[in-house]
Amino acid sequence: MSYRFFVNGDPVEVEVPGMRRLLDVLREDLALTGTKEGCGEGECGACSVLVDGAVVDACLVPICQVDGTSIRTVEGLGTQEQLNDLQAAFLETGGAQCGICTPGMLMAAEAYLATGGPTTDDAIREAIAGNLCRCTGYTKIVEAIAQAADRRRAASNRPA
Amino acid sequence: MTRILPPGTREIGAPDALVVPPGSATPGRIGTRGPLRREGPAKLTGRAQYADDLIFPGAWYGATIRSTEPHATLLSLDLDDAFDWSQVVVVTAADIPGDNVVSLIRDDQPILVPVGGEIRHQAEALCLIAAADRETLRAAKRHLRVLTQRLPATFDPLESTEEFSHLEVRQGDSDAGFAEAELVIEGTYRVGHQEQLYIENQAMIAIPQPGGGVTVHGSCQCPYYIHRALKRALQLTDAEAVVIQAETGGGFGGKEEYPSMIALHAALLARKVGKPVRMIYDRHEDLSATTKRHPAVIHHRTGVMRDGRLVAQEIDVVMDGGAYCTLTPVVLSRGVLHAGGPYRCPNVRIKGRAMATNTPPNGAFRGFGAPQTEFAAEMQVNRIAEALAISPLELRRLWAYREGDTTPTGQVLRESVAAVDVLEAAAQASDYARHSEQTRRVREARQPSARLASGIGMAMGWHGAGFTGSGEVHIAGVASVELTDAGVVRVLSAQTEMGQGTKTIFPQLVAGELGLEPEAVETAPQDTSIVPDSGPTVASRTTMVVGGLLVKAARRLRAQVEAVTDRAFAESYRDFALEHGGLRVDERFEPYPNVQFDDETYRGDAYPAFGWACAVARVDVDLDTGEVTVRNVVSADDAGRIVHPVLAEGQVEGGTLQAIGYATIEEIKLVDGRYLNDRLASYLIPTALDAPRIEAILVEKPFSGAPHGAKGIGELPMDVGAPAVVAAIHDATGVWIHDLPATPERILSALTGAPAPGAPGVSEPAPERGAA
Amino acid sequence: MPVEPPVASPRSLAEAYSLLASDVYRPVAGGTDLLVQITGELGDPPERVLDIWHLDELRGIRMESNALVLGALTTYAEMRRSPLVAEFLPAFAEAAATIGAAQIQNRGTLGGNAMNASPAGDMLPLLLACDAQFVAGAANGERWIPVREFWPSYRRTALEPSELLLRISIPLPADRQLRYRKVGTRRAQAISKVVMALAWHSDGDALWRDVHLALGSVAPTPIRAPATEAVLEGAASTEATADRAASTLAGELSPIDDVRSSADYRRAVAARVLHRLIRDEGGW
Repeated sequence: MSYRFFVNGDPVEVEVPGMRRLLDVLREDLALTGTKEGCGEGECGACSVLVDGAVVDACLVPICQVDGTSIRTVEGLGTQEQLNDLQAAFLETGGAQCGICTPGMLMAAEAYLATGGPTTDDAIREAIAGNLCRCTGYTKIVEAIAQAADRRRAASNRPA
Repeated sequence: MTRILPPGTREIGAPDALVVPPGSATPGRIGTRGPLRREGPAKLTGRAQYADDLIFPGAWYGATIRSTEPHATLLSLDLDDAFDWSQVVVVTAADIPGDNVVSLIRDDQPILVPVGGEIRHQAEALCLIAAADRETLRAAKRHLRVLTQRLPATFDPLESTEEFSHLEVRQGDSDAGFAEAELVIEGTYRVGHQEQLYIENQAMIAIPQPGGGVTVHGSCQCPYYIHRALKRALQLTDAEAVVIQAETGGGFGGKEEYPSMIALHAALLARKVGKPVRMIYDRHEDLSATTKRHPAVIHHRTGVMRDGRLVAQEIDVVMDGGAYCTLTPVVLSRGVLHAGGPYRCPNVRIKGRAMATNTPPNGAFRGFGAPQTEFAAEMQVNRIAEALAISPLELRRLWAYREGDTTPTGQVLRESVAAVDVLEAAAQASDYARHSEQTRRVREARQPSARLASGIGMAMGWHGAGFTGSGEVHIAGVASVELTDAGVVRVLSAQTEMGQGTKTIFPQLVAGELGLEPEAVETAPQDTSIVPDSGPTVASRTTMVVGGLLVKAARRLRAQVEAVTDRAFAESYRDFALEHGGLRVDERFEPYPNVQFDDETYRGDAYPAFGWACAVARVDVDLDTGEVTVRNVVSADDAGRIVHPVLAEGQVEGGTLQAIGYATIEEIKLVDGRYLNDRLASYLIPTALDAPRIEAILVEKPFSGAPHGAKGIGELPMDVGAPAVVAAIHDATGVWIHDLPATPERILSALTGAPAPGAPGVSEPAPERGAA
Repeated sequence: MPVEPPVASPRSLAEAYSLLASDVYRPVAGGTDLLVQITGELGDPPERVLDIWHLDELRGIRMESNALVLGALTTYAEMRRSPLVAEFLPAFAEAAATIGAAQIQNRGTLGGNAMNASPAGDMLPLLLACDAQFVAGAANGERWIPVREFWPSYRRTALEPSELLLRISIPLPADRQLRYRKVGTRRAQAISKVVMALAWHSDGDALWRDVHLALGSVAPTPIRAPATEAVLEGAASTEATADRAASTLAGELSPIDDVRSSADYRRAVAARVLHRLIRDEGGW
């Protein structure tokens, strides 16, 4: 079967079995290896991507259900030379250590920041509760997300 | 962050070649944050290449056929004729050209169990299959049958008759001490397995080379361990075996030894297939087969005087090594050496033994034996404080090591002793005295109908920095700083980056010595064909030991260049390279001055220095369900001079949360020697909602033996979190939980007097066969 | 990489029905349970899959003659956001918030939770306590299945292979009280050790009326606890009532030991949680 959707703004068409996981399509068919596999059963969140803005575990989404949607992955954020504000906050605060949970963590955080929800410690922790990190104790991740939220709010309040 | 520096200390920016006098304050030439993580942008954009991200065209997929019995004889491996075996490759023990052994200490663990050989645990590797695609591989696995003859299995280390190692440490006369004691308190504490749970599963890819050599790329802590394993089993020369670390998604000890096994499997398949072979574990296989923290049973008998003085300690440590020796004797040794806690005691006897069971082998995990024994030690201290009606803080003030005190191995603590410093720092930051008074008042006034109970708890610890005993001398690691022909300064070492910040700290240290910006110093890849063997990335030794070698190497490089150019290194090194070509300085480990240890008698300086830590935890306990919420933790840690505060805090915060997981929810149950918690849905680690607010306090008592004054920090926080949480649970509820993890099941049974769950870490027998 | 069984993605209900009539399909909604099963580690993956994600007939939350009707594809996130759920069935939103975390809540569905028929299904005791009605559809029409008949045995539902679960209707009787409590393995991404839903009517006399006590994770299917309900029926929220109800419940349940918890703990905690709910109602 052939499935068409957008990845990071680019139109994509893949010819794969419909039950192939979105994760495998991204990593193997599209060579977008920024999205990681940690457990294959929706427990760790390392494969988190956005489907039409909603954060999902790409290991639990069959490609047939992605037809016609718009996918965003870590490759769609900033570049190494020009990190986006959230990535920059992670770098400054020490929110990334081994880095394997980081792409998924960033996508969960992006989804949360897009809702404009409260940036209290509790709210941020709930937003990333589906993303396991074994290195940081989460302290600096929460700090990074709060920092990015503050900067976005400040930027959007600035008169044009 | 809070940094505690002695009065008058200035944080200055100018790098200088500094030797820190013993016990003196850290002059601190590093800024308050340190440079940004070097490989951070690659990790943050998904560009960093972990093993499973590497593409090798034409690679086959490998799989491991494992035992499903804890103890048996392997009778045969039967290939079903219904399957076309010509499309796959099967490797058995008979295909191993060299020694069929994966060894670090003892030659007991086979790479693959030979037909006719003994299977000693449930996840043991019996043979390997590779295929060009995963569908064929899956089909082949279904058509391979393993025939075995079951043997009786041992699961309880206390019942095991097979010993991997034992040791005893004595100081003073403990019999005399107990005779003098006014109060003797005993306790038995048990801890179960803990999984490292790096989020990146283990993974290796082997590429066969013309002429029989093999190159392995993968996730690992110790490329040279793998290098040695490949040479021995495949009969390769140094140059024929090449190991290259891929970006590594966490290790915590779990990628110290098992990667050698996977690399051997991948290499055996790759050589037979003649193509690259990928061995990428999924989480289930990783949890089922790879090493865990050793379960242990620890018995304490302590003699004290009514005024609180500690006069005698007798401690008996039994560790469960699992089916093979792996690193167990060294884990036991570190466990025993730390078993008394950071306390002065004139009469001590500590005995330890590590026993074999028919469970998957246990191995390295952050703390390496110390978290087990220090949990027991701190439980004992807190219980004694209760028995003596002395505050746990006061008792520790009384007992804590000071400079000049002697440890159970007879080691005199000459410098860098921060036990009281971390204790006071944690007590102050957590407002311990006030909160514990408040929780006591609330507890005493509590109605039986109350649903929530709050408590505060404290624990202290110490952690020997670097390898135990003469370890560093035996390893004799070499690290290098090179000025290349092209005029680039680069660091050469085998130390791997797996989250802790190796690639940030090494350039920072070297740049500091050379008067360069950190960004001007590069790091050579962790490739055994390029970098020297600077020893494994374990034992919190990277910054302290190898960082120290690099500081020395950089000083020599600077001196050599400046002697020729007669100008400052920073201004002249590029010209030097243009005119004279490159220059490389190799620095080999030299024993720390005045540090001596006798590996036979276990007397002397067990470690060149110790790190010191104190944690205070505050918890809420749901009295209906026994559920624990850890609200916040203050952890004060002394790791000598802090090179990079943000990375150091990251170690404290991460290690603290692993300790909280150990204390509360991380549990492995076994049946018939098999882990039941073999998926991420059943092996639980804390989420962001389970994690407390963690305040890291860095206390700095430099170590003079290291040129930069640093001690290790990676493992230290792991030693103190769990007993602090269990003390807080006691403060809230009045019950002591002697077994880890302190699950709601254990807490509720203690609260209600209902039957307690079984011992942690010990397997239930197999369900009876033929039962309905 | 998991097994990839063939999948059909019908674009209409009629098309789905005709596929179901022609062969045996395993429907997949948000995939949070099924995609774990195609790894092949937890038993054989299904032979053929029917992707129902695009069937808009199975979506939506609406009021229908004194019942709240939730489409089978209603996600946990939608339940948490729905003003109707917040007003009429806040316990459903509370329960939805305890399931997985954002990723699972965006994909997992009420219908999927019911059809997966796990004894630990977090929403299922609520459906039992509320006398939910399930509406199943097939080529020959729709039929209503009362919740008490929906899970006949371990991991089974009352649906025929040719039927699809379309929606779940929750009656909204006046004065019904509803409480939910999940004791899980941790604070997020948690599977339940015990789930409890308690519904009753309060007629103003402060006595327990029409008590529906439902539990999950304590038996092969979600269950009601009739003996305990009988103890509560007509009783006042006194300490004696709470004691009797709790001890009756402990005697009535026969949970098992498994990887997540023990039979002893489940029995004890179910009793203590119930005791607490009664105490909270009594205000003593």
